Amino acid sequence: MIIHHPILGPRDAQEFVYLGDASLIDRPDGMTAGVEAFHDYLYQRTNPAGEHQELWYHEQGDRSWLVVTRNTVTHEITKVELARDVARARGRTK
Amino acid sequence: MRYSGFRVIAEALTGHKGWKPVWRDPDPKPDYDYIIIGGGGHGLATAYYLAKEFGQARIAVLEKGYLGGGNVGRNTTIIRSNYLLDGNEPFYEFSLKLWEGLEQDFNYNAMVSQRGIINLIHTDAQRDAATRRGNAMILHGADARLLSRDEVRQMYPWLNFDNARFPIKGALMQPRGGTVRHDAVAWGYARGADQRGVDLIQNCEVTGMRIENGRIKGVETTRGYIGAKKVGVAVAGSSSKVMAHAGMRLPIESHVLQAFVSEGLKPLIDGVMTFGAGHFYVSQSDKGGLVFGGDIDGYNSYAQRGNLPVIEDVAEGGMALMPAIGRVRLLRTWGGIMDMSMDGSPIIDKTHIEGLYFNGGWCYGGFKATPASGWCFAHLLAKDESHITARAYRFDRFLKGLMIDEKGQGATPNLH
Repeated sequence: MIIHHPILGPRDAQEFVYLGDASLIDRPDGMTAGVEAFHDYLYQRTNPAGEHQELWYHEQGDRSWLVVTRNTVTHEITKVELARDVARARGRTK
Repeated sequence: MRYSGFRVIAEALTGHKGWKPVWRDPDPKPDYDYIIIGGGGHGLATAYYLAKEFGQARIAVLEKGYLGGGNVGRNTTIIRSNYLLDGNEPFYEFSLKLWEGLEQDFNYNAMVSQRGIINLIHTDAQRDAATRRGNAMILHGADARLLSRDEVRQMYPWLNFDNARFPIKGALMQPRGGTVRHDAVAWGYARGADQRGVDLIQNCEVTGMRIENGRIKGVETTRGYIGAKKVGVAVAGSSSKVMAHAGMRLPIESHVLQAFVSEGLKPLIDGVMTFGAGHFYVSQSDKGGLVFGGDIDGYNSYAQRGNLPVIEDVAEGGMALMPAIGRVRLLRTWGGIMDMSMDGSPIIDKTHIEGLYFNGGWCYGGFKATPASGWCFAHLLAKDESHITARAYRFDRFLKGLMIDEKGQGATPNLH
C-alpha cells in the first residue's frame, strides 16, 4: 500500500506503524469520564467492513501521525490527513 | 453410512457405487430451537456437540457461503495446548484431549497427527519463560519437555544454530501437539451433525436480527426469515459485521493473516516448529509442502488478501532459521480474516440480548480450539452457563480488569 503523505508525498506503508481506529483521538477526560465511557473508548471498536479512518505513525519518516481513510475490503486509500489537523478540527487543543 | 475399513473393501469390490453424499442440502424451516450462524469449524462443532452431547434437537447452521469455506479451510492446521495463563490452558488442554479422540468420536478420518511442536529458545530469559510455561502446562495436565540445544540439533541438524542474532539454545516441546487435516475437521463435524438431524443451510447469509423486548426472535437471511429460540454466532473474522445486526460493538478488530505453502519436498520437518523471535513457524504437510506463516499484516482488513511486505518478512524469517530452503519455490499464499481481540484471547459468552450468544475473538489461534470451542459453546447454549474451562472468556473481562493477555501487549489487537 502507498500512503500519500500530505507533506512528503507517496510513501510505502512499510515506513509506518499502525495504531487503529482514528476514534482513539477522541479520548474522554480521564478525571471526569466514567469507567464505562473509558472502557468503551479503550476496548470497543466499530470495526467496519468498508471505509475506515485510522491512525498511522510515520516512524521511518518524519514521525508525524496521520489519519488515513482506507477501505478495509479493498485496501484502497482515499484520503490522508495530518492527525494534528483532524484533532484540531474536532475541537482538541493539543 | 458408517465408515470403516470393511466398508472401503466392500465398496472397492462393488465398483464404489454405494458411496452417498455426506450431508443433506435442506431448505430452511420456518423456525428452530437453535440457530448457529457460521458453518465453519466452530459453528459445525457447536451444532454437532449440541445434538450429540447435550441432547438438543431442531438445530440449524446458517452459512453465507459453503461449509468450511472460511478460516477452517485457510489455517496452517496446528493443534497444541502450550499456553501459560489459568484462563487459557485448561481450555486448550480440553481441546487437545478432544482432538485425540475426535476421529473415533465422529467416525471420520481427520488425519490427527501428534507429531510434536517445538518453540525455539535463543536466550537465558527465553529459557526461563519457557520453563515457566512448561511447568504451567504440566500443572494443568498437559505435557511439556524442555529440550537442550543438542536435542534440537539431533531432530533438525540443518537449522541455523549459530545465527549471530538468534542462536538456537534449546526449545520447549509439546510432544502431543501436531497437525490435523483442517478441511476434514469441518467435513467430519458437518457429517456428524447432519446425521443427528441438524439442518446445514448453505448460501444463507444473515442480513438482520429480529429483537423484541430485549429478546431475540429470529434472523433475517438471504433465504427469508427464520425464527429461533436461541441464536449462537460463531463467525470469527466477521464477528463485528454480524453482531452489528444486534446493535453491538465488540472488543475486536478484523485483521488479515497470510499463510504460505511451498512446492513439495522430500521429508524435512517431521513436527511443527515455531521461531517466535523471527516471527515464523513451519510444518511440513503429508504431501511434502512446507506450510508456514508469520505475523498478521497489522491493519484492519476484511479483504482475505494480504500485501507483499509481510510475505517478504516471513520469507526472511524462514531463511534466517533454515538457510537450506533458499531455492525452494513458494507455491501458494493466501489470507484469512482474524477476529483480533483486545487481549489476544477469545470470547464465549451470552450477550445482553436474551437468547443471543457469541463465540469469537479467536485471533490467529482458532483452529486448535475448534473442538473445545464447539463443546463449550454448545454447553453455554444448552445450559445457559459457561463450561468450566471457558469461564474466563467473558465480555465483561475488559471492564473488570480480568484480561487474559498471554503476550502482555494490552489493548493493541495488531500486536497480539
